[in-house]
Amino acid sequence: MMRSMEKGADGVCVIGCLEGECHYNKGNLMARRRVEQARKLLDAVGIGADRIQMFNLSSSEAPQFVKYAHEMTARIKELGPNPIKKVKSEAA
Amino acid sequence: MSPKTASKLEKILSEGHLAVTSECGPPRGSDPAHIIEKGKLIKDHVDAINITDNQTAMTRMCSLAACIRLKLSGLEPVLQMVTRDRNRIALQSDILGAASFDINNILCLSGDHQSFGDCPNGQNVFDLDSMQLAQMVRCMRDEGKFNGGDDIQRPPRMFVGAAANPFADPFEIRVARLAKKVAAGVEFVQTQCIYNLDKFEQWMEGVVDRGLHEKVYILAGLTPLKSAGMARYMKNRVPGMDVPDAVVKRMADTPKDKQAQEGIQICIESIQRLKEVKGVAGFHVMAIEWEEKVPEIVEGAGLYPRPEVD
Amino acid sequence: MIVAEKKPIEEIIESLKGRKSILVLGCNECVTVCEAGGKKEVGVLASALRMNALNQGEDVRIDEVTLERQCDREYVEEIRDVVDQYDAVLSMACGVGVQFTAETYTDTEVLPGVNTCFMGATEERGLWTERCQGCGQCVLAVTGGICPVARCAKRLFNGPCGGSTGGKCEISKEVDCAWQLIVDRLKALDRLDEFETVFAPKDWSTDRAGGPRKVVREDVQE
Repeated sequence: MMRSMEKGADGVCVIGCLEGECHYNKGNLMARRRVEQARKLLDAVGIGADRIQMFNLSSSEAPQFVKYAHEMTARIKELGPNPIKKVKSEAA
Repeated sequence: MSPKTASKLEKILSEGHLAVTSECGPPRGSDPAHIIEKGKLIKDHVDAINITDNQTAMTRMCSLAACIRLKLSGLEPVLQMVTRDRNRIALQSDILGAASFDINNILCLSGDHQSFGDCPNGQNVFDLDSMQLAQMVRCMRDEGKFNGGDDIQRPPRMFVGAAANPFADPFEIRVARLAKKVAAGVEFVQTQCIYNLDKFEQWMEGVVDRGLHEKVYILAGLTPLKSAGMARYMKNRVPGMDVPDAVVKRMADTPKDKQAQEGIQICIESIQRLKEVKGVAGFHVMAIEWEEKVPEIVEGAGLYPRPEVD
Repeated sequence: MIVAEKKPIEEIIESLKGRKSILVLGCNECVTVCEAGGKKEVGVLASALRMNALNQGEDVRIDEVTLERQCDREYVEEIRDVVDQYDAVLSMACGVGVQFTAETYTDTEVLPGVNTCFMGATEERGLWTERCQGCGQCVLAVTGGICPVARCAKRLFNGPCGGSTGGKCEISKEVDCAWQLIVDRLKALDRLDEFETVFAPKDWSTDRAGGPRKVVREDVQE
């Protein structure tokens, strides 16, 4: 997650199984905690927590996936490009 | 037990009288008048007065200075000493300072943790604990030696006491703990204030069973309740305190303007009942910031006038 | 093991101000186990620091290396050839490692990335608690295997004090009363009669009080 943002991604969308239905028991729960950690760090360095978001759904919920995808896209569009990119290009 | 020190408190106890002690907190400043006033209020109704040592870790004038003030005004102080703030060098040093003014009673305590007080970021010492302190004072007195082994010039002649809490956990070792204090050299104890008389009597049975009452003088602690709110606070927020629901109810059922008087009444009744308990050698009335009520309690309990000893 | 906690990133950023070339140096032992300064944590922190620099418009080089440990010369030596390339080394090891690295590379600024807390054990993942304070004269044989120095807030040797309530310490309901634990353990071991032995004052000269300590084993020295 951190590397992606570092390389200039505008956002990172993490998708996991519905809580309580993870194939690996707790993988999705641990992932959520790490997403929270990453969000906090991004806020602290001024990139913005909302650029990383986690969604839970089951593999059969295609319409839900589409909904989340739209939601994430809209949010990122609103937030604008990753500020690092702007600084990088100004420096170049 | 015949007296081994110059302590007036010890003398009274050794002659078989029920002793009465009380307690004062020094001021949060340097005005000596405060202590002298409090002493005057109760001097004829008690045999000795404890001066607390930075109680609940709130910084106050030191116990030693306040004891000196009391001694110089003709009263019998009990120097309370906690091991939280001083190492063995300072403890011995202060004991000698007290002895130089002929302060003859010491109460050895560990002390409330500093996180409760006004300097929670401070260090604590705990070089010794309360039992090791009692052992050390006994050695200074009976062998005339410093903890390091050298001889003491004019050793202290102090009567050594400690606190006892029949209500703290774990209850099963509370009698063993008193035995341990006796083994460490403690000669008198003042208990935590008693509201649960049944539980106290149960502890006393265990104490008497082991013959401990013949090795250490036990002074039952009492604090008059000022209000139902205070009863609830003591019940819920003070560690090691046992306030039965019946007591809280009795206070709460009393109209607010009469609650203080009811608290005094409960205290007097407790003393009357505890007088009959085998092994109880006296009473320690703790009416902090309410010292003016001590005479009323002592008189109401039939403990006035105090015996005269030379 | 030695338990440490990550320093807040704001504090780290502040301490690295003005540095143009930084090595984030992790440690594969204790701080890895308590998830504060191992390879993973180094990776995440370095990434955040790079983003921070980029966001400020600063051109900062941030590299990552994780050594086996930083308290043995043979491992600390491994960065000898590269250390001159950096303005600062942010050591994620415990206080020992930070200092040892600093002593080895005296011309390089070595800064701490974690707060070193205590010697303790992993009660469960994500929960580490203190067990030992290195007093130098272990008494665990007589206290039923529970340390009154590290686990009693007043380090009493003749506890419990009057503040012990429901098996918890007066300072917090989350802290066990060490002496309750000791009594329970002695009971379980059928040794409760030992409770009445009065412990003499501790010899603190081998503790921190006696000054910085050392252990020498002539039989294994070269």
